[in-house]
Amino acid sequence: MSVSVHDLGLVFTGGAIGVGVRFALEAGFPSAPGGWPTTTFLINVIGSLALGMVSAWAALRGRETVRTRAIRLGVGTGVIGGFTTYSTFSVETVRLLGDSAPLGMAYAFGSIVLGMLAAFAGMRVIEGAAGRGRA
Amino acid sequence: MTIVLAMLAGGLGGVARFVADATLTPRLTRGFSWAIPLVNVSGSLALGILAGLTSRDPSLGPAAAILGVGFLGGYTTFSTASVDAVRLWRAGGTRRSVFYALVTLVGSLAAAAAGLALGGGAL
Repeated sequence: MSVSVHDLGLVFTGGAIGVGVRFALEAGFPSAPGGWPTTTFLINVIGSLALGMVSAWAALRGRETVRTRAIRLGVGTGVIGGFTTYSTFSVETVRLLGDSAPLGMAYAFGSIVLGMLAAFAGMRVIEGAAGRGRA
Repeated sequence: MTIVLAMLAGGLGGVARFVADATLTPRLTRGFSWAIPLVNVSGSLALGILAGLTSRDPSLGPAAAILGVGFLGGYTTFSTASVDAVRLWRAGGTRRSVFYALVTLVGSLAAAAAGLALGGGAL
């Protein structure tokens, strides 16, 4: 895939926005040490829902246009990609597992499963609204 | 302000992910590749190291926030992992999807644990 400076600008700007929102939320709603990381959990699940919607929208578009690409890269790769985080999730899970194996496993599998369900739901909402099945 | 620096770092992290994906994903595979899992595993290793270091030296806190929450948070992505796993499930069936999700999860957790040990002074 060839990458243009314009693409990089879209991803950078979107990423900065997504990271900013997550940073503010995590600072405003920190999780208690040893407790369920609610903020990260909600961010990752809601972000998965949103990206499911963007992904389905882009797929239904057919041939990619300049505008479709801009939204896919700026909003999808950028904002939502920056908003969600796998690294924080991983470190939180490892720490939780150290305190309580059941809690750590619940967080890990809960996040993965709900994230996938949310992504699927997002896709289905957009596909349903378009009156079509998957592209 | 820390959040502004974190946002700039986050934008760069997203760009790093984008470039890695573009570089590692062959043009013809229609979007499925191991690029994002690699990004997530490497990002988890790096954050583990940062977190380990910060636990030893709390004065690293602000820098760790910018690099960790900012750059690495922008670099790694949970949403893409979710969407890709679902797309695999819809196209290729349950087994491929579960394999993909598990490899990312186990790889990232192992990397984070290794990083925490390294940063925390285990070696």
